[in-house]
Amino acid sequence: MQTIQDKIGHFPRQLEDESIYILREVAAQFERPALLFSGGKDSITLVRLAQKAFFPGKIPFPLVHIDTGHNFPETIEFRDWLAKETGAELIVRYVQDSINQGKATEESGKYASRNVLQTVTLLDTIEEFKFDACIGGARRDEEKARAKERIFSVRDDFGQWDAKRQRPELFDMLNGRIAVGENVRVFPISNWTELDVWNYIKEEKMEIPSIYYSHQRQVIERDGMLWADSEYLNKEADEIPFEATVRFRTVGDMTCTAAVASDATDIDVIIEEILSAEISERGARIDDKRSEAAMEKRKQQGYF
Amino acid sequence: MDILRIATAGSVDDGKSTLIGRLLYETNSITKDKIEALESASKRKGLDFLDLSLLTDGLIAEREQGITIDVAHIYFSTPTRKYIIADTPGHVEYTRNMVTGASNAKVSLILVDARQGVVEQTARHLSIAAMLRIPKVIICVNKMDLVQYQESTFNAIKDSLAELVAQTTFDGQEISFLPISSLYGQNITVNASEMPWFKGNTLLGELEAFEYASTLAHAPARFPVQFVVRPMTEAYHDFRGYAGKISSGTFKVGDAIRVLPTGQESTIATIEKFDTKLSQAIAGDSVTITLTTDVDISRGNTLVLASEVQPPQLKDFSAQVCWLDHTALSPGKTYLLQHGINTTKAKISQITERLDVATQRATEGVSSLQLNEIGTIALRTAQPISADQYAANPANGAFILIDEFSNSTVGVGFVK
Repeated sequence: MQTIQDKIGHFPRQLEDESIYILREVAAQFERPALLFSGGKDSITLVRLAQKAFFPGKIPFPLVHIDTGHNFPETIEFRDWLAKETGAELIVRYVQDSINQGKATEESGKYASRNVLQTVTLLDTIEEFKFDACIGGARRDEEKARAKERIFSVRDDFGQWDAKRQRPELFDMLNGRIAVGENVRVFPISNWTELDVWNYIKEEKMEIPSIYYSHQRQVIERDGMLWADSEYLNKEADEIPFEATVRFRTVGDMTCTAAVASDATDIDVIIEEILSAEISERGARIDDKRSEAAMEKRKQQGYF
Repeated sequence: MDILRIATAGSVDDGKSTLIGRLLYETNSITKDKIEALESASKRKGLDFLDLSLLTDGLIAEREQGITIDVAHIYFSTPTRKYIIADTPGHVEYTRNMVTGASNAKVSLILVDARQGVVEQTARHLSIAAMLRIPKVIICVNKMDLVQYQESTFNAIKDSLAELVAQTTFDGQEISFLPISSLYGQNITVNASEMPWFKGNTLLGELEAFEYASTLAHAPARFPVQFVVRPMTEAYHDFRGYAGKISSGTFKVGDAIRVLPTGQESTIATIEKFDTKLSQAIAGDSVTITLTTDVDISRGNTLVLASEVQPPQLKDFSAQVCWLDHTALSPGKTYLLQHGINTTKAKISQITERLDVATQRATEGVSSLQLNEIGTIALRTAQPISADQYAANPANGAFILIDEFSNSTVGVGFVK
């Protein structure tokens, strides 16, 4: 029988070498870097790479989680476990606090989520700790605005991305020089694909939150997708929750990430599923569907 | 699994984005939801065919203007290898983005519109491919469907480029010509039924067959120290490791090394990759090296093998540059020069000549280099840099110039 490795080959280790190089440049070029940790597989991969980059030393920057309050409990549990396991410093800031302070307003309607709101909390956190570099797990294969972004992406003091002002980025030379108040978003796994990440998790035998694997869950069906039922989801009268066997392909908020029907209980089956899937990864992200330019517009506002 | 990096080039409207879209489409790299999104976007634009260029033109301004402004990175895999394509803009004003995209490429695809023939951008991009020393160039004569798939048109373009190709190419560079139609998928992944006269490989066939024998692993060994690892924990109390990515060559445990620029000598005790100890590591590996003796090494120092040719300590030297900023390069101005991970001040003493990319002729006595122009400069740095000639060791011979006030990357240089 054909194995997964026969089909997709081994993980290209060159990608790991390149990402580790980028993380070391961040630690050397910036005074106060931070790793933006969402609890998803991409940021978990970043933590793994940071462990390797500075071994046997500790990860020389904190993990920062912007907690929307709508996270899956499994993600929060995993986050706390990983911080303890790696000995990394963990900083958590809450979107709820931004709402209480009147800096952000809860959305309404059935598609309400806190995805856009977290930018407010993120920018406040950057200011609070004076972070000059924020490392994120975004990949260029996810979305077409991301496909255009540099590895060192300079943001102004409002966190805004200006596509027309991007610096040329040649060879592997990273220019992290910024003016006071500016900061840099760094994307070390820019050149990895979704499949690369899964192949890496497999080869490295990494732990990931349980919701990536098949489980029983109460869901509703909306727009042809399965949405996790929760107290945060604004349901309409005809949206009756039912139990289904599902897993999540990407992990964001409960209000903006759809589940897929799946029996995949191990990583090989997950990879098989991705190979045969007809929907792209971010196809399950409701936040991207708002318009064709949803991602670029959010980036202009300071989203990572 | 290995990775092949490709960059597209060519003038605006030559169909670069469509070519990539076609390549993705025919290798089943596009998921159903993306194809559906393409169908509805194509319809909104009033087109009766699938506009594959919409896959890569990701910025609002790009879709408005129907052109590519910045580099998009596109990924696909075959059972043979993983491909990373930098889809670069064709407009001359965005040449700097084209250079950005091409700098890491091993294959350059230069598109030529079969109806237009060779234009100035063709010459510029051939010139840039040579300057960057990209080992393989495939000149894709596109839109063959609009010239009735005539062999004579293809041959005429080939002939008109012969002189320029001979002028720009360097030893070891492979250049080939390919007649294609991106719109109808002729010679992309399957041989063109419409062009039986063409006996060569398809585009994908050429890419799959290309073997890039990295010369870097055999070049003299260079290891720029990025970060000094000092855990100062109980378990690793005396540990002092030098972390970095090997630029070129091979380092082995037991090798005698020299530290540049200080000249101190020592021996490699261990080469580590996370919790694994290796006996050797080669160009491209991110490792941590420990030495048998205590030497004073900090970020920016370079480790080389004591037994090999050492890079010169350059302070006054000449370099080819491509200017990337709207404010022209002017002699006498001070910039920051970043060579690998090392930064020092540099003063441009003179612009020796400017290259006319269309004719490959050099003009002397110029007073500035404008955006996207290529020339040769003389410069002096505050601290010496341990750089090799770019042609001899590309991994250790390039640098960028940074404006001290805007912090922007304004030029790229190649040590002569």
